[in-house]
Amino acid sequence: MSKPKIATTSMCGCFGCHMSILDIDERILDLIELVDFHKSPVDDIKEFTDRCAVGLIEGGVSNDENVHVLQSFRENCDMLIAVGGCAINGDIPSMRNKVPLRECLDEAYLHGPTVHNPDGLIPNDPEIPLLLDRVYPCNEVVKIDAFLPGCPPSADTIWTALVAVLNGEPLELPYELIKYD
Amino acid sequence: MDESLEQAVSEICDQYNNDPTRLVDVARAVQARLGHVGNAAMDAIAGNLGIHRVEVESCVSFYSFLSTEPKGEVVIRLCDDIIDEMKGSSRVARAFRKELGIDFGETTPDGRISLEWTPCIGMCDQAPAALVNDVVLTWLSSDAARRIVRELREHMDPQKLVHSFGDGNNAHELVRAMVDNNIRKAGPVVLAPVTQGDALHKALSMSPAEVIREVKTARLRGRGGAGFPTGMKWDFTRGSDGDRKYVVCNADEGEPGTFKDRVILTERAELLFEGMVIAGYAVGAETGILYLRGEYAYLRAYLEHVLDDMREKGLLGKGICGRQPFDFDIRIQMGAGSYVCGEETALLSSCEGKRGDPKTRPPFPAQKGYLAQPTVVNNVETLCCAARIFEKGSGWFAEIGPHGSPGTKLLSISGDCSKPGVYELPMGVSLADVLDLCGARDPKAVQIGGASGRMVGEDDFERSVSYDDLATGGALMVFSHKRDILKPVRKFMEFFVEESCGYCTPCRVGNKLLLQCLERIMAGKGVPEDIEYLERLSENIVTASRCGLGQTSPNPIRTSLKSFRVAYEDMVQEPEGALRPSFDLGAALAEAEKIAGRGSTILNE
Ligand SMILES: Cc1cc2nc3c(=O)[nH]c(=O)nc-3n(C[C@H](O)[C@H](O)[C@H](O)COP(=O)(O)O)c2cc1C
Ligand code: SF4
Ligand code: SF4
Ligand code: FES
Repeated sequence: MSKPKIATTSMCGCFGCHMSILDIDERILDLIELVDFHKSPVDDIKEFTDRCAVGLIEGGVSNDENVHVLQSFRENCDMLIAVGGCAINGDIPSMRNKVPLRECLDEAYLHGPTVHNPDGLIPNDPEIPLLLDRVYPCNEVVKIDAFLPGCPPSADTIWTALVAVLNGEPLELPYELIKYD
Repeated sequence: MDESLEQAVSEICDQYNNDPTRLVDVARAVQARLGHVGNAAMDAIAGNLGIHRVEVESCVSFYSFLSTEPKGEVVIRLCDDIIDEMKGSSRVARAFRKELGIDFGETTPDGRISLEWTPCIGMCDQAPAALVNDVVLTWLSSDAARRIVRELREHMDPQKLVHSFGDGNNAHELVRAMVDNNIRKAGPVVLAPVTQGDALHKALSMSPAEVIREVKTARLRGRGGAGFPTGMKWDFTRGSDGDRKYVVCNADEGEPGTFKDRVILTERAELLFEGMVIAGYAVGAETGILYLRGEYAYLRAYLEHVLDDMREKGLLGKGICGRQPFDFDIRIQMGAGSYVCGEETALLSSCEGKRGDPKTRPPFPAQKGYLAQPTVVNNVETLCCAARIFEKGSGWFAEIGPHGSPGTKLLSISGDCSKPGVYELPMGVSLADVLDLCGARDPKAVQIGGASGRMVGEDDFERSVSYDDLATGGALMVFSHKRDILKPVRKFMEFFVEESCGYCTPCRVGNKLLLQCLERIMAGKGVPEDIEYLERLSENIVTASRCGLGQTSPNPIRTSLKSFRVAYEDMVQEPEGALRPSFDLGAALAEAEKIAGRGSTILNE
């Protein structure tokens, strides 16, 4: 029987959660015994061609491309896990939610104190994703099956969770792994 | 700074001896005089009372009857709770809006009249109802609303809007209210006739320890909701160390659907005050405080009069007649529009002049209550029962009702029934009998115990009203088969979101999330797992909240899920695609599309 596949993505996050995935150190060798990586920044596979057992999502939903990616994850993965505060709550990026979109762009591209933009244009190439009115937690956009809190969740947390779900065991993490103060 | 403002604030502060523990009274008085408590007034109050400006602001911003922004000379507050909604408050609201030319939350351009919503004002049996400043207007219609605005524009005197008075003391010259008592059934304990002084004399002929024993023998339990044994509470307070002790009567009656204390205050104030004196005697207190909800300010002059009268008769004040003469006096503390202030520790914070934040327990009020001194807090009805126990005997009282719930219970019944009003019934009465009595012909659901209580359906109608079964502080709202069960649930959740004091995250944020999810479901955008989410989140809120508000706030959802699960299940469905039905992609992208002048590339590929 072929190994189950996992997919990962970083949406509106800082890549810190992916770094934490890699932080499982030599257990990465055990991991590739257990699974194959499919669509993921780790191996740079861009599109889904196979069904995946688990999708790990880092980051919230900030633009139309994130919506598209998350939608394809939901369609192609049996189980979606929101990894980290950004995916669960929107977190730091969602600090923009109180500011109207036009003001955000204005501050970032036109009038911010460190901006040098003599043309006074806001980038608008068709390839550039359109921002949503606010940053959404993943769970508001598609159904998410499990949540790993943390910024980022530790490598141990991610490892324990992955091993449990891949072995079909209930996802019950010990308190130390989800305690953050 | 404006001199007349300084002058006014300073006069008001002087009236309260510049005592910072009277900040709520000071702020209320400033609000009444100046129409709001603005920045300059807050500075002046802080200066006069010798406290920090932020303490004043945190208090003023907390209470809904106080405002930092100017309000009209007259404020119309229309009840928007569920019963009023069922009785046509939206038509009344439309008429007010149209006639005044403003929306709710606004003031007419001439600065004369403000229009606001308010939660239950305790007039559910004569809804729709509104407060115009302190004056209560009941049985409103769109015609009445138009007439009110026209008359107000002529004379600006809310009292002149009252053209006929209600029954009993509502017609008293110090009350002059159009409120009706609607006493449908008077029982032997609270609403039976009173011979003034009888209970008090009998109690004072005993020793304080004997008084407490008598209350224990009667097995009296608190009528305010929690049902704590009253004798035990008095005993703890008596036994606690303190320089002074206090008796506080909880007349906040903020639980939506509850109005029985209003009727007691109108018709049995003497009995209540005797109960407070007896409690004071039993625990060794010299001071009593009646915490009267702001909505019942129209009863204040009358209650002061009853107190004066008792002082004259030697039933209150210095040297109250008895085996050993003792001193006990009562002051009235006005609330200022806050539900959580009914919670006993928040109530004490409010009495101390602070914002109505609940305190961490323990210590309990019996150990450290008002001004950190041992304090008894009892509901209005409890204190009336206590007084009557001395008049009629503990044995007599304990005989009424089942063993664990002796005595009678006052029920305030409203909603879909032909005879809404107040019923004093023996504890243990079955819900079916109550529904029969009040003329509920087609009951589908009953909300018992107010917003924080529970919603029950037909399967539970044979159950009894008592501490051991369906416990209630007294509210009973009937919903007939023509009603959508989820509407009252949403109303109650909106209420909790509004009234949470905000101290703990589970209550402040959790209730909001519950409400959002419920709204999603009611909009037809819910998915089956939302139901499970409601249950899980409710449990978290109940477990992790600090005070009774948060611990009971998910009850409307929890209990309606239990009794009317189908109502929820009918509204949810599995989504067709991967995106949640509640996620509105078009709306989320609209602004960016406008700014960029193009549509989404990736989603249109
Ligand atoms: C949010 C909240 C609101 C309350 N409101 C009232 C109220 O309006 N009147 C009341 O008597 N008790 C109210 N209570 C109960 C009081 O905390 C307290 O238990 C009661 O006043 C004690 O009096 P009793 O023992 O005579 O019932 C409320 C409790 C909570 C948690
Ligand atoms: S949760 Fe923290 S580590 Fe993970 S993407 Fe967000 S900011 Fe980075
Ligand atoms: S449970 Fe709610 S009302 Fe009570 S203290 Fe916490 S936030 Fe305040
Ligand atoms: S007065 Fe409106 S619901 Fe009670």
